[in-house]
Amino acid sequence: MMEKLIVSYAPHIRTHRTTQRLMLDVIIALIPSLIASIVFFGIKSLFLVLTTVASCVLFEFAWQKIFKNDITVCDLSAVVTGILLAFNMPVSAPLWMGVVGGAFAIIIVKMCFGGLGNNFVNPALAARAFLLLSWPVNMTKWTPTVFVSKAAQGGADVITGATPLGVLKETGKISFDYMDMFLGNISGCIGEVSTLAIVIGFIYLLVKKVITWHVPVIYVASVFIFAELMGENGLFYILSGGLMLGAVFMATDYVTSPMSLKGNIIYAFCLGLLTVVIRKFGALPEGVSYSILLMNIVTPLIDNVTKNRYYGKAKKSKEAKQ
Amino acid sequence: MKFKTFKGGIHPNDKKELTNKVPVTKHIPLDEIIIPLRQHIGAPCDPLVNVGDYVYMGQKIGESQSFVSAPVHSSVSGTVSAIKSHPHPGGGEAMCVFIKNDYEDKLDPSIKPFSLELNPKSIKDYVDSLDSADIVHKVKESGITGMGGAAFPLHVKLSPPSDCKIDTVLINGAECEPYLTSDHRAMLERPQLIFAGALLVAKAVNAEKIIIAIESNKPDAIELFEEMAKDYPEITIGVLKTKYPQGSEKQLIQAVTKRQVPSGGLPANVGLLVTNIDTCSAVTRAVVMNMPLIERNVTVSGDAVKSPKNLLVRVGVTFQQLFDACDGFIEEPKKIVMGGPMMGIAQSTTEVPVIKGTSGILAFTKPETYGKEEGTCIKCGKCVDVCPMRLMPNALSIFSRMEKVEKLNDYHVMDCMECGSCTYICPQRRFIVQHIKHGKSVVKNSQQKGNK
Repeated sequence: MMEKLIVSYAPHIRTHRTTQRLMLDVIIALIPSLIASIVFFGIKSLFLVLTTVASCVLFEFAWQKIFKNDITVCDLSAVVTGILLAFNMPVSAPLWMGVVGGAFAIIIVKMCFGGLGNNFVNPALAARAFLLLSWPVNMTKWTPTVFVSKAAQGGADVITGATPLGVLKETGKISFDYMDMFLGNISGCIGEVSTLAIVIGFIYLLVKKVITWHVPVIYVASVFIFAELMGENGLFYILSGGLMLGAVFMATDYVTSPMSLKGNIIYAFCLGLLTVVIRKFGALPEGVSYSILLMNIVTPLIDNVTKNRYYGKAKKSKEAKQ
Repeated sequence: MKFKTFKGGIHPNDKKELTNKVPVTKHIPLDEIIIPLRQHIGAPCDPLVNVGDYVYMGQKIGESQSFVSAPVHSSVSGTVSAIKSHPHPGGGEAMCVFIKNDYEDKLDPSIKPFSLELNPKSIKDYVDSLDSADIVHKVKESGITGMGGAAFPLHVKLSPPSDCKIDTVLINGAECEPYLTSDHRAMLERPQLIFAGALLVAKAVNAEKIIIAIESNKPDAIELFEEMAKDYPEITIGVLKTKYPQGSEKQLIQAVTKRQVPSGGLPANVGLLVTNIDTCSAVTRAVVMNMPLIERNVTVSGDAVKSPKNLLVRVGVTFQQLFDACDGFIEEPKKIVMGGPMMGIAQSTTEVPVIKGTSGILAFTKPETYGKEEGTCIKCGKCVDVCPMRLMPNALSIFSRMEKVEKLNDYHVMDCMECGSCTYICPQRRFIVQHIKHGKSVVKNSQQKGNK
């Protein structure tokens, strides 16, 4: 007869969509952008990605070994951080910077605060900000894409690798083809240039229900609206810089975005406003990473003001008024 | 067709195909029947019989003076062999009456033969001829409780507070728990009894409207009921989206009527009475025949069971007998659950008896919620999305572990109905609802302390 039956509280079934599966889906969704980066910037971008991933995973593993924590590198979150960090760097960045960036992201931003779930800002973005402040020249040395260089070889034109936003900031002019911007044939960080690849990843994430459409769509839409309101070209604002990458893959980071739908709407809307304000009035041409970092910090406050919800509330407040 | 539903909820694999096509088989009780004196929410019964007494099938053997309680009856005829404490499927032990079956099934003299013709006209005439108070009395005497799982005494629901006017009776045929098909089979096999019972319940509370709500994963039942409802102008059929916990009282009310029960309130506060679908057929038998609730459909399923099926089971039969009736196990089960896999109660032994609220018994070889270390909350908000009570389960689970009573109240911990959707969906496999259960008891304790 059955000697040992397990007695535990309900529920007795669970979804198979664990963190590991969700992170694997994010990695799959990042693959189109990885391919695009190799197409536009050559194989060196793959080396950069591999460096940052290895750095993130190793530092997380080492930390957990040294401090005798549970080893959780298998949840793949460090891999995602690594890929996103590389995606936020120019292809010309030296590989040692990838290692330093990975160390900063994992040790300072993630593990010092208690590991996955306890970091208050997105590790990849914080590391990018750290690299940008520490080595501004390396982090803003833009290389033209493979195709632009080839086309220029015949002519005598000096090739500039300036990003669309950089050109806009300096000259106030928009001198890029929208189709190039959509496909990714522009200078910039390796993962952010191809809007097309990011949109493919976005659709995959939606189909797999890893994220909902709210944050990316509201973020991008509010950037468009605020840009137009401030007399800028909304479409250019959407296709340029790291907006698409940030909206789909970094603003939606579980840990650092609000938990409720209402909170997410407020969060995404503020992101759009901040991005446009930084781009238009700030000293830097790009504002996506700083807006997301700022809103990450505001997230606990948003969670706090949107917490008060429960079933049957509407009814009660109505009664209270009567 | 647009299905009615509520906000939140999850879509587990429902596994109903294991049992939903097979007609219910009658189970013959063996030697000994174990009738717990506590089978419902409310006060336990005191035994009315002594060891050595002869009891008829359907004879009342336990009763309580308390209003929120339901009497218990013998489900076989035979001799009382013992009255002692025995493991209870609801957890722990309870006083039980053991009856030695004489296999005669001699009915109690008060039980009349079933005299009602099951056609719309005679059902309606019959219901019209009855008095509300009489129906409530018969329901109480027959020990009828909700048969969906919680086993709340029905006569209490039929006596709503005097300031609440019930306008609609909602019959719950959602059966949203995975694996369970006992209500589904009841709908297909005794629809007229259910319709008659629904009319009786409505008559008891003088409600004008009846809505029978069925989930969209039972198309055969929906078709049958819609066809039958044409003869009953007061009955409408509501088709619900297949989603867990669609059959939860408050979520069902919201889906079907768009009304919201106030926090801490009862369905009666918004003019509704909700009862389970098979309870209606028990009501019909109770009113027409004086037949107490001693028999019910039980789904026996799960990956460990050799031939999963639905059985018509007498109350008091042990789980082991039912598993034997399903040809035993393919593989030794690691977990036995009474009820559905989302809210059911895990059992420590198969020697516990079936009670009035046993909608199913499940045996699993691979328990999915055991032994896994939980991760830290990654604030993904999935539990927040699925919570049908629109709470923040992640925050509640953390405050529960810290036992912060003030914060727990602030986040409305007592509104949690413990449906388990949050624990099901959590990608970090946190035991969210388990923590919240603890948090609720902490809050209750502190309130009691405060009152003293």
